[in-house]
This record gives sequence, C-alpha cells and structure tokens, in this order.
Amino acid sequence: MRIDCPICGERERREFYYRGEAVALDRPAPDAGEEAWEHYLHLRENPAGERRELWHHDGGCGAWLVVTRHTTTHVIAEVELARDMKGGAA
Amino acid sequence: MRVAGKGLIDRDRRISFRFDGRSYSGFKGDTVASALLANGVTLMGRSFKYHRPRGVLTAGSEEPNALITTGRGAGQEPNVRATMQEIWEGLETRSQNAWPTLDFDLMAVNDLAAPFLGAGFYYKTFMWPKAFWEAIYEPVIRKAAGLGALSGESNADNYERAYAFCDLLVIGAGPAGLMAALTAARGGADVILADEDSLMGGRLNAESGAVGHQPGAIWAAETVAELAGMDNVRLMPRTTVTGAYDGGMFGALERVNQHTARRGGGAPLETFWRIAAKRSVLAAGAIERPIAFQNNDRPGVMTAGAVRAYLNRWGVSPGRKVAVFGNNDDAHRTARDLAAAGVHVAGLIDSRPDAEVEGAEFPVFKGAQVCNAAGRKELEAVTLRTATGEEAIQADCLAVSGGWNPTVNLTCHLSGRPTWREDIQAFVPTEGAVPGMDVAGACNGAFSTHACFEAGIVAGRAALSALGRKSVDVKMPKAEDAPYRVQALWAVAGKGRAWLDFQNDVSVKDIKQAAVENFKSVEHMKRYTTQGMATDQGKNSNVAALAILADATGRGIPETGTTTFRPPYTSVAIAAMGAGAQGAGFAPQRFTTSHKQSVEMGAPMIEAGLWYRPSYFPRAGESTWRQSCDREVGHVRQAVGVCDVSTLGKIDIQGPDAAKLLDFAYTNMFSTLKVGRVRYGLMLREDGTVMDDGTTARLREQHFVMTTTTAAAGNVMRHLEFVTQSLHPEWQVAFTSVTEQWAQFAVAGPKSRDLLNEILGKPIDSEGWPFMACGEVEVAGVPGRLFRISFSGEHAYEVAVPARYGASLFKLLEERARAMGGGAYGMEALNVLRIEKGFITHAEIEGRATAFDVGMGRMISAKKDCIGKTMAARPGLVEETRPQLVGLKAVEHMKVITAGGHLYEVGAEAKNGNALGHVSSVCFSPDVGGYIGLGFVRNGPARHGDVIRLVDGLRGLETEVEICHPVFLDPEGGRVRG
Repeated sequence: MRIDCPICGERERREFYYRGEAVALDRPAPDAGEEAWEHYLHLRENPAGERRELWHHDGGCGAWLVVTRHTTTHVIAEVELARDMKGGAA
Repeated sequence: MRVAGKGLIDRDRRISFRFDGRSYSGFKGDTVASALLANGVTLMGRSFKYHRPRGVLTAGSEEPNALITTGRGAGQEPNVRATMQEIWEGLETRSQNAWPTLDFDLMAVNDLAAPFLGAGFYYKTFMWPKAFWEAIYEPVIRKAAGLGALSGESNADNYERAYAFCDLLVIGAGPAGLMAALTAARGGADVILADEDSLMGGRLNAESGAVGHQPGAIWAAETVAELAGMDNVRLMPRTTVTGAYDGGMFGALERVNQHTARRGGGAPLETFWRIAAKRSVLAAGAIERPIAFQNNDRPGVMTAGAVRAYLNRWGVSPGRKVAVFGNNDDAHRTARDLAAAGVHVAGLIDSRPDAEVEGAEFPVFKGAQVCNAAGRKELEAVTLRTATGEEAIQADCLAVSGGWNPTVNLTCHLSGRPTWREDIQAFVPTEGAVPGMDVAGACNGAFSTHACFEAGIVAGRAALSALGRKSVDVKMPKAEDAPYRVQALWAVAGKGRAWLDFQNDVSVKDIKQAAVENFKSVEHMKRYTTQGMATDQGKNSNVAALAILADATGRGIPETGTTTFRPPYTSVAIAAMGAGAQGAGFAPQRFTTSHKQSVEMGAPMIEAGLWYRPSYFPRAGESTWRQSCDREVGHVRQAVGVCDVSTLGKIDIQGPDAAKLLDFAYTNMFSTLKVGRVRYGLMLREDGTVMDDGTTARLREQHFVMTTTTAAAGNVMRHLEFVTQSLHPEWQVAFTSVTEQWAQFAVAGPKSRDLLNEILGKPIDSEGWPFMACGEVEVAGVPGRLFRISFSGEHAYEVAVPARYGASLFKLLEERARAMGGGAYGMEALNVLRIEKGFITHAEIEGRATAFDVGMGRMISAKKDCIGKTMAARPGLVEETRPQLVGLKAVEHMKVITAGGHLYEVGAEAKNGNALGHVSSVCFSPDVGGYIGLGFVRNGPARHGDVIRLVDGLRGLETEVEICHPVFLDPEGGRVRG
C-alpha cells in the first residue's frame, strides 16, 4: 500500500503509523455524556468498504493524515491533512 | 543424452559439478536437471510420503520432483529445484528424502503400505492416546516423510532487500512479455522486465519454430539486446515476481548469485525486491499439466513441453526411445521435434479419435490412452489402451501433455478468481483482477507465438496510453499461429494409483476418497488430501485435481472452483524476505554520549528500548552486581553520583499557545508555572489511563522543555502531534524532539552542588537555585542547562549540554564525583534509589493504572479540561477496591520478594479471583536493610501495616509481606531541598 502524503508525496505504507478511524478527530465536549464518549473511544463501524482513517507520517514529515481507504481493496480515494479538517472541540 | 547440433548451451565451456557424491560434466547454460539428463541420470529424488523413485517432470519453476539440496554446512540449501539451479564449477548437490541412498531407499517400504496410508490416514489413525501425538507419532512421521533439511547452522550468506520503481513492470520475458516491454520502452516508459529464467525468451528458447526468418531464440536474444541497450529499461533475469499487492506493489525474488560460486561474502546470494509499478503486464506464460494414469510418476515420464525444452534449449534428449501421449495438438510438436533431431519416437498417442497428424514419421495411435507405465527406477515401457485392446510400447521416456494451464496466480493475489474457459479446458485471469495490470499471451489463454506477439503489443500500448504517452508502431514479426485444440482428459480410467500431486503423493483415488467422505468443497479436499500444499503449491496438478473432484461430486469445474492462490508464487527464503533484519540489523542501536566510557569502565550494558544503558560500574574487589549496586546507591545517599539520563525523551515546545498545549496534555496546570521553574506532570490517555509522566521546565514565557520516560518518548511525541494537528490546529505552538541534541546527566547526592560549583561558570546556591529551579548556565565553558530535579530523593540536579560535549562532560563529572567519594551509577542503582522514594516508572504505569491507582488522583486539575479527564472520572476507575499503589516490605529478615508475584490474604487460597493485587517493582534497599517493593493492593492506602502473602508461581516463591507507605526514605522530603 502506498499513501500520497500531501506534504511528502507518495510513500510506502511502512513510513506511516496507523491509528484507526477518523472518529478520533471529533472529540466530544467534557460534558457530552457517557454515550458520546463511549462512541468516541470504543465503538467503531468496521465496514467492508470505504472508511476515513487516521495515519501518522512518523517516518516522514510527522503530519497526521485523514486517509479515505477501502478496507478490502486498500484503494485510497483521498488523503487530507488532519489539520485542515473541521474536527475538534474549541 | 546430448543431441548434436541442438541447444543454446555453450559447448566450449565445460563445467563439472557433483550429485550424490559423483562428479558430472555439463556445459555453460545447463541446469542441474538438463546436465543430469545429458549424463543419463533420470532418478533424481524420492517422493515425500511413499518414497517412490522420481525423475524430473518439468523444465521450470513448477518442478515437483527433482528437489535437491545444494552446498554443505552453513551454505546448505534444501529443496532447490534442479530445473532452476544453473550449474557452476564445483557445485555440490544431493538428493533428498532417501535413506540410506537415493538408489536404495529403505523408506520405500511406505509404498508397500500404501493401501493404509491414503487420504486422511494421519487424521484417522493417530488420534489416541492424545499424549502420543507429540511424543511418538509426530516425530516418527516427520522423520519418515519430508523434504530437504536445514543445516542447523547459522546462515553465512548475505541477502539483501531492495526497492525499485517503474512506469511498467512486465512479468515474464517470453514472446508476449518481450513485445510488451519493447512497445512500452520504445514509447519512452520506464520499464522493468523480470523473468525467473536465467535466459530471457520464454518458450521461444524451448521451441523450434521460426520468428521472421530466424530461429525464435535468436529473435529473442536480439530483442533482449535491444532492450538492454535502452536507458529506460531494466532487465531483471533470475527474478521471480512472487506476489502482487495493492497500490501497484510487487514482491520479487532475484537469485543474484545462486548460479555462481560466490558464497558467504559481501555479494548477496539473493535479493528480495519490492517493486512499485504504475502499470504492469502479466506475461507469465502457461504450465503444462500431466495426465494421471497408473504409475505415471515413473522416472522418464515428463511433460511434453519439458521434453521439447530439453531438446531445443539444452540439446538433450531425455530418452533414446521416446513415446508421446497427449490430448491436444501441442503434444505433436514434441514428437516432430524429436524425430527431426534424429531421436527415435516410439509412438504418438493421442486420446482424440479425430486428431489430425500430418506427415508423421513415427507410429501414431489415435483414440488411444496410456494406462500404465512399467519400470521402477526408470521407465521401460508404457501400456496403451485402444479400442481393440492393450499393447505395450518399449520407451525409456514418455512425454505427456494434458493441455496447458495459464499461469493466473498473480491475478488472484488480490482476491481475484479466475474464469473457466471451456474451449481451452483451463482457467484464465478475470479481467481487472489486479488494478493497473494487463494480461497478455499464454497466461491469458493465447497460445500461439503470433497471438502472444499481438497480445504483447496491445498490452504495451495500453500501458503507454494509461501512462499518458503516445502510442508507437511496432513491427509484428511473422510467427506460427497454430490453433490449440484440446479435449479434456484428466485421468485415464484403471486400477492402481494414478498420481496428481507428485510432491505430496496425492493420487486420483485420494481425491475421490475425499469426495466420498464429504470433503466436497475444493478447500476442504485440499486440506484433507494435502493436494497442492507442497512447496510447488500444485502448479501442475491443482486443475486436474479439481476436475476429478468436480466429476466425483457431479458438478462442473467452474462450480467447483479453485483453491485460493496466495503469494509467494515460488518459495522465498525467510533470509531473503527478512534481509538486513538479522542479528544487530533487527533493531537499530542507540548509544548515549557516555556509552564508550561506560563500556571501558566495564559496565554491562542493558537495552532500554533501542537505547543501551549501563547496569552498574564494577570496581576492583566486587564480584557481584549487588555489591556494585549497593556501593553506587551509597554514593548518591552519602556523597555524589553521576548518571547519564540522556535517553529520556526531550521535547522542545515553543509558541504563544505552548502553555495551552501543556495544560491540555498534562492533568495538572503548567500555564501557572513560573519561568525558571520545573514541574512534574502526569499525562493520561483519552480513556483515563496513565500514559506517561515526567518533568517540564519553563525556560522562557513561550518556551518549555518537556521530558518523557525513555520508553514512551515516541508515543508522547506522536500524541502531541495528534493533539495539535487534529484536535487543536488553531493553537500556535511548535515542538520538536531534541532527545539526541542534548546530553543530560543526573548529579545526585549531598555533595552534588559542591561538584557542580567546580565546573559551572557561576557558582550556585540554595537561594538562587532552590528545588525545582531551572535555567541556562555555563558548564565548563559551554552553554548548557541546569535543572534542580531529583529522581533519587537526594539534593540533585540534571545538567545538560549539547550532545557533542556529552562524552567530555561525563568524563569530567565522573572524575570529580570519584574524587569526592562518589562515582558513576547505573540502572540498578537508579532503580533502587527511586523505589526507596516510591517514584513510579512504567513498571507501575503499565497501561492499566489510573491516576487514582498511583495515588495521583488529585493531580487531575478541576480548573481545566485535559486529555483523559472525562473518562478518568468514571466510577469504576476511582473505586476504593481497585488495586492501588503501596510499598511492600519482606516480613522475614533478608527474605527475597519478587516483582510479578501476586498478593493474597494470609490463609486465602492462591487462585484466580482471590488476588489482592501484584508486585510491580522490587529491590534490595541498603537503607532499609532488606527487600522492599512497590505494588498494587486493593484498598491498599487504607491497609498500611497489614501483613499479606506474596505468591510467585513462576519462581516457586511464597512469603509474607507488610503493606506500607510507598515512600520508604525521607518521607518529609528534607534531603531533596537541602
């Protein structure tokens, strides 16, 4: 698998650290309640299909990337910088 | 037997090699198989299970029988295919799986017991008693059945891993592959052409047909030469593309020096390539399949295409009287080529009554089948069955063709399934199975040379078009375009065992037995019979086996389907795949600036992640590590000790929002920290568990230096990157790891300030440098940093200088400390010092402990949010009954306690469910005068003074321990402020 890092260009998978679903971007507010936090931390869809995931280019520029990857074919539809996403609490 | 005037071998270059202790002679260009056949050797191995005598079946990498061991000692390599191993002067080879000799193999008794050893035999027979399996059955079976053996010695050869990149990877250099590469290369694409053979050209080197006005082999050589002369082409002969992966990645094994005497040196024996290709063309050709009949495994029975290859490429006739048996027109070529070369053709047997054979100079039997083979170690005769009866033909070689199977393997590596084509009775690749891959030639069911050329040009142009390049005109050379006519014939009916998988000794009967016992799914049949599970992965037998399964279960072949093709296409030595990762190459080594001196001082170095740190510094008269360790602890408690702490992660954090980041990442407040002060911080994971701890110093208003533990440095860095990039990209803060840029040493003990004042530019005192002060200082004339922090509970500092001064500063500090009655201390003493003070490490914060558990629940600030705060407040994580940090003391004087031991109430049974907690760290404390430890006990903080029981099942230890406060020494902290 090769990931096209928006900063470094196309690189092999081994340069990247995998974190999991991009849900981690949407951190709930401290008072969002148990259910929201459980979803944020533990519940994942695990689709056989496209999914947005977080990869860290730790063997390269150090950027966190949001990679849209097909879980059965590994075809990557899109790679974006996490810092450009509208995620995160204030 | 050599045939005059034939072959592409260099008859001026004679090469001698050994097989089973005897010396043989061959020519440059020979494989072990071709040279042995030329010398009249047909018996090359014994079968896996029944030890039946076997000869070479094929001329390629699909060879199931002729497996040999090459080399000796550390250079020994088992299961080498004699068909792929080129001979070199001095090459030593041996047969396998025979005892005492290949010719006289006592284990062949298995063959007589064959009626009892059929499919499922092991499963049914060796069931009971259960204990016998590991002790008796398995060792005996493994000894009797097997292939070549490893030497047991460490591999002395060098292997490499390498990467390559191209616009187009062409797999296979036969007529289709050459044409595809030529077309794409002329169009300007960067092309890699890989072929597993030493000589590129594929079947053009094995056939007698002309291309244009010259022999096919000459055309191939000229085309290869043209490609070799192009800057945008890389030719990779002896390179098997072993796997197709997503994103245009391919694995390939190059046998760099397997054909030379170069062993054990610097040059790699093999290189495992990872090739990133924008496009690919699969032109892997096809593999001929045998036909099953009684005793069809006798040495001398070979595939018809292989017989042709030995004749045309190597100038060898595998027999003096050759019979040919086939169900298709292609088999006729073997008879014609042999006859033209002057070899006696005993007969052409075609199973099709309507077969067309023109101008034959040999007996032709249409509508006939070979139903048995006579001879044991070499073929003597074959029995024909015709409409009128049976008759025997004398022959020492039988060339068999059951048709050709396109080599679809790589197209199935990404879960693709091949498509059945009734007209050629074979599976072909399903279009689009591998993104970016075009399939051309025989591997796509186009069998004539003309069709291969045409498909190659089409594939080359398709690649150019996909790469955005202009198409080119390529002249199509004239070549044969014979139709391929085949009629299904998988197994000839009859008694006796008819073999399918030669390498695993699977017969037609075994497949039928599997079907009878309801192993009807092709995947079940495979595992029950072991069909296709040997090193050749059933390359020339799988299709026939599933055809027989289809027949036995009353289904069609497409409904029956194939088993799953997985990489690698051919065996790859682990040494090649893991090249560079053996021994020291397994993990990089990180050395501190004091490493050299520590080693010179005799310190045993221990691994801490990738780092190496000194355990202790032995001195004259000390014979155990404990003596050194106790002395070093004494240095720190009574005088001054010096320890390299550079391995701790150091992260330099700057920017207007630096304090915000720290407040968010740590549980406690850092925005309130004054410039010139250090604070201890605790970091949680978002689930409320402790991630790491360490100190952070505020050097300037917007400039902090964070330290992490050695173990978690990488994780913390990644975590901070995540927080700032993904959760708070709006913060203006930047940070970078400076772990390797700064050498940092702990100077600890009552005399630490005295020592420092000898080397600092300006002396320090208690008022200017109180506990937890920090700042920039001049250290022996060099700008450095000083932190008054302590991991020992003593009056202590950490002094940092740019790494280039680390070695000399350590030398200076060690000398001065020694002069003051102290010295260097290592990890053992550091551990004792911190346990005595109840300081935690990753032995305590091991991924399960919460801030509450380690007694730091109040460090989670109520005034702000931080990572992990919400989840750390979950009721289950702050219950009194959770195991919490305590100190532990051995009750009995000088009794040893051990880390990892479990804790129980006195009198309670040591069993699951009764445990109160566990011991996380222990040491012998010279100050306490006995063994102490840290551990976790349910409701522990409320139980100081209670005596409980420690049970260490692993070390067989049981003793009583007293629960106490985790700080054993100077609980008021007077020393650290002194």
